[in-house]
Amino acid sequence: MNEYTDLAGESNTNLQKRHRDSKIWRTIFYASTAAAIIILAILILSIVNQAFGLVVLKNTVEPEKISSVPLEQLSSQDLIKILKKNLTSNRYKTIDRDMPFTARSQADLVDLVIAEVVKPTVVDSYHLDVSILHRNEIMARAAEKYPNGHVEFHSWLNPEFITRSMSSTPELAGVRTAIFGSLWIILITVLVAFPTGVGAAIYLEEYAASNRINKIIQTNIDNLAGVPSIIYGILGLAIFVRGLGYFTGGGFLGSGETGGRTILSAGLTMALLILPILIINAQEAIRAVPRSLREASYGLGATKWQTIWHHVLPSALPGILTGTILAISRAIGETAPLILVGASSFINRDPSSVFSRFTALPIQIYNWTTRPQDEFRNIAAAAILVLLVLLLSLNAFAILMRNRFTRRIS
Amino acid sequence: MREQIMNHTLSTVQIKPASRVPEFLRKKKRWNEILIQGFLFFCGFVSILTTIGIVFELGKESLLFFANPDVSLLEFFTNTRWQPSIGEFGILPLATSTLLTTLIAMIVALPVGLSAAIFLSEYASSKARSVLKPILEILAGVPTVVYGYFALTFMTPVLRGIFGEQNVEIYNTLSAGLVMGIMILPLVSSMSEDALTAVPRSLREAAYGLGSTRLETAVQIVVPAALSGIIAAFIIAISRAIGETMIVAIAAGSGSNFTFNPFKAAETMTGYIARISGGDVGYDTPDYNSIFAIGLVLFLVTLGLNILSRRLSAKYREVYE
Amino acid sequence: MIDHQTQTKPPIISAEDLCIFYGNFRAVKNVDMKIVPNQITAIIGPSGCGKSTVLRSFNRMNDFIPNCHVTGKITFHGHNIYDEDVDPVQVRQKIGMVFQKPNPFPKSIFDNVAWGLKINGMKGDLSEPVEQALKQAALWDEVKDHLKKSGLSLSGGQQQRLCIARALAVKPDIILMDEPCSALDPIATLKIEDLMRELSKDYTIIIVTHNMQQAARASDYTAFFTMDSDRAGVMVEYGETSHIFTNPQDKRTEDYITGRYG
Repeated sequence: MNEYTDLAGESNTNLQKRHRDSKIWRTIFYASTAAAIIILAILILSIVNQAFGLVVLKNTVEPEKISSVPLEQLSSQDLIKILKKNLTSNRYKTIDRDMPFTARSQADLVDLVIAEVVKPTVVDSYHLDVSILHRNEIMARAAEKYPNGHVEFHSWLNPEFITRSMSSTPELAGVRTAIFGSLWIILITVLVAFPTGVGAAIYLEEYAASNRINKIIQTNIDNLAGVPSIIYGILGLAIFVRGLGYFTGGGFLGSGETGGRTILSAGLTMALLILPILIINAQEAIRAVPRSLREASYGLGATKWQTIWHHVLPSALPGILTGTILAISRAIGETAPLILVGASSFINRDPSSVFSRFTALPIQIYNWTTRPQDEFRNIAAAAILVLLVLLLSLNAFAILMRNRFTRRIS
Repeated sequence: MREQIMNHTLSTVQIKPASRVPEFLRKKKRWNEILIQGFLFFCGFVSILTTIGIVFELGKESLLFFANPDVSLLEFFTNTRWQPSIGEFGILPLATSTLLTTLIAMIVALPVGLSAAIFLSEYASSKARSVLKPILEILAGVPTVVYGYFALTFMTPVLRGIFGEQNVEIYNTLSAGLVMGIMILPLVSSMSEDALTAVPRSLREAAYGLGSTRLETAVQIVVPAALSGIIAAFIIAISRAIGETMIVAIAAGSGSNFTFNPFKAAETMTGYIARISGGDVGYDTPDYNSIFAIGLVLFLVTLGLNILSRRLSAKYREVYE
Repeated sequence: MIDHQTQTKPPIISAEDLCIFYGNFRAVKNVDMKIVPNQITAIIGPSGCGKSTVLRSFNRMNDFIPNCHVTGKITFHGHNIYDEDVDPVQVRQKIGMVFQKPNPFPKSIFDNVAWGLKINGMKGDLSEPVEQALKQAALWDEVKDHLKKSGLSLSGGQQQRLCIARALAVKPDIILMDEPCSALDPIATLKIEDLMRELSKDYTIIIVTHNMQQAARASDYTAFFTMDSDRAGVMVEYGETSHIFTNPQDKRTEDYITGRYG
């Protein structure tokens, strides 16, 4: 009896300890999960922090020196006169050839004078947090260091940033060429990877008997999904850029000065990269189609392909599309393979065909990040925001599409 | 009797006698079906071609690399200097920094990832899960170049602030490794969670029925039961860290450096490949060939890890499905 | 009695020494069965005795089960449907099937019925044959005003009749029914049974059921299957339904129909 109560007492304190441990660890597990959220928040904030903030601008030529009245109040004639006087004749002609001065509106001309003559340049920039917390100090220091400069709030992510092409001056650089490059590459990637991937998934799920070759194919796909992306880049370099350069460079069509470092090579490399993911996702979607649907179709005397085309694929489509878009999101953000297949670090001509040289958004981010100047970090942050928005809208599109298809089927 | 046997063999072996099977049952040649099946098989076969392409190209160029009289296999694995331009071909400095960044990444990703997985599968309500899991998925979907930017512009300054600017170089393996750990965290947590949720409920109920707390059930019953799946996740994570390129290319520095000091710059295998190929490298130079030799090492290591991981996860599926 | 029948009317389809294997496991052995045309034949027996497996071998639906193979013969219009040069697709056009769970396509009611016609090469206006099939399946009056609605919007019993209409539209000779009422309520079940009776004027019906009353009520012939000591399904007895239920020859049949089984 005594023994028994003792045991109970002991297990009571023991129980308290066990409950306490349980609570402590619960907190640790919870904190680990919360850490992920906090990190995501820090990640986004640190990027936003660099994409916006105060800048110190300095004009190459002060507007007061070229005109006694503010530029906005000048007539078109006066503005053209200013341009003629301050620009080299070559530059003047080039701009005129683009679009005759006489055909431009007055507001356009004002912008032109500012861009070509006044040429404000960023001499100093601050992150968003500093800009908000230490605004006065920045003002004071800027006034002291750059007597002619003025401080203003600048969003590095702005409409011009998206529509301008590449430039070696950060405040004039934009991502238009990179966006076009990314879109072209993705187009090739999808055109190649989607049919091939879905085809392979259909083969493996619907046709393949469980024999040796098909088992090898399946295992091989699973293993390819884990191969680092840079290996695909090496493969692309060896096969598409070097080996097949005559075709991927457009040599067989008579152009071919690019030597295979083209959008086509990049797109094909990316296609190989996302193919295993796409196949695995599509297989899952096809596997989820109930057997009863197939049996109903076969029971009516349908052939295999009729069954697949009319019943299996339509039912699996939402899943396949979602999987495809996930794979595409991966391709849009991939950088390493593009470096290998020769993305150009500096290019300001928009791609015109699949045989064009190219740059892409992640490549641009990489290049700007690795520059030492602060301003390049700023535009890298802005480009990251563009990339993230692109990815987010793509995923939203995937969800929308999935919902729409699901509704139509049921 | 004899005729019967003859007939029997005829019906199974010979197809010819056209009159035997009536028209409405006779096999039709459906050319489109045959063509389609051929095309679909080809689609599946593309993956085999990809593997053959990888093995062939890596192997061929690596052979060329080792055919160079300055390079020997022994030197490749023992020399502690890697400077192809002056004839130093030792993979060790690249390998050690790869190991270092991977190790740091694992120190972050494995405990945190597993803890998050335990929380999601054993503690979180389904409502909490529906909020937390998409966030982890977003983290998994962030492009690696963005993580590289984060490492260089956020993590490095923070580390330099903590440990002192004189101690921590601008490019260092610690920053790259930590951020890589963050990148891999969602992978570890989602794969481990899959393994944990595959453990049947009856096992948990048995543990609760014996009066064990939630922690004891989770740690002493569920985790051991899912162990092979969790280890599979860890191995995949290691493989991913070894192959990761952009974070180290941006934040770990360029130029090989045989060091185990995480505060110092040191180029990894992937970082080297990215840097060399980013410049204008001529075909058939030692630089060009070295990319492939290192690529081959990288490919074999990650492939081995992936196969190992798949074996392990097949094991837990076998047990519970 | 059965001999008399089969002699007057040649069987439309018959199994001869039929064995069905899953890999090395023999699931069904030595079935000999002659199906009388324009009659309803029921296959009954305890679960796991291979009833459905036998039924599905009549139109080669077992082809889709990996490792499943068949020995012996199934003769349809005098030809073994497992012959090398017989097209299973053609077989299934002639021998339709209705499944355990109603499985309409996720399409409109009209398209559900019309699809089988389309794949069999029928073109142009299909509303006539669709209407006819729906009428035959006794569904027309219930759905004629909303043929565009999804087949999945119907009730379970209606869905099953839609599946029957779908099978009828392709004009098969035989309709195989694999426990068609197991997912339905008693009223819907009765409707299907009435329908079967009506259809047997034009079609031969083979139905698998685990419901003995249903076999007794709705069939002309009954085959009783059970599991042998080696776990292979065997046919114990086959004959006119009235005989099987009133005067079973085999002890096992008697035990089963009197509920002493197991």
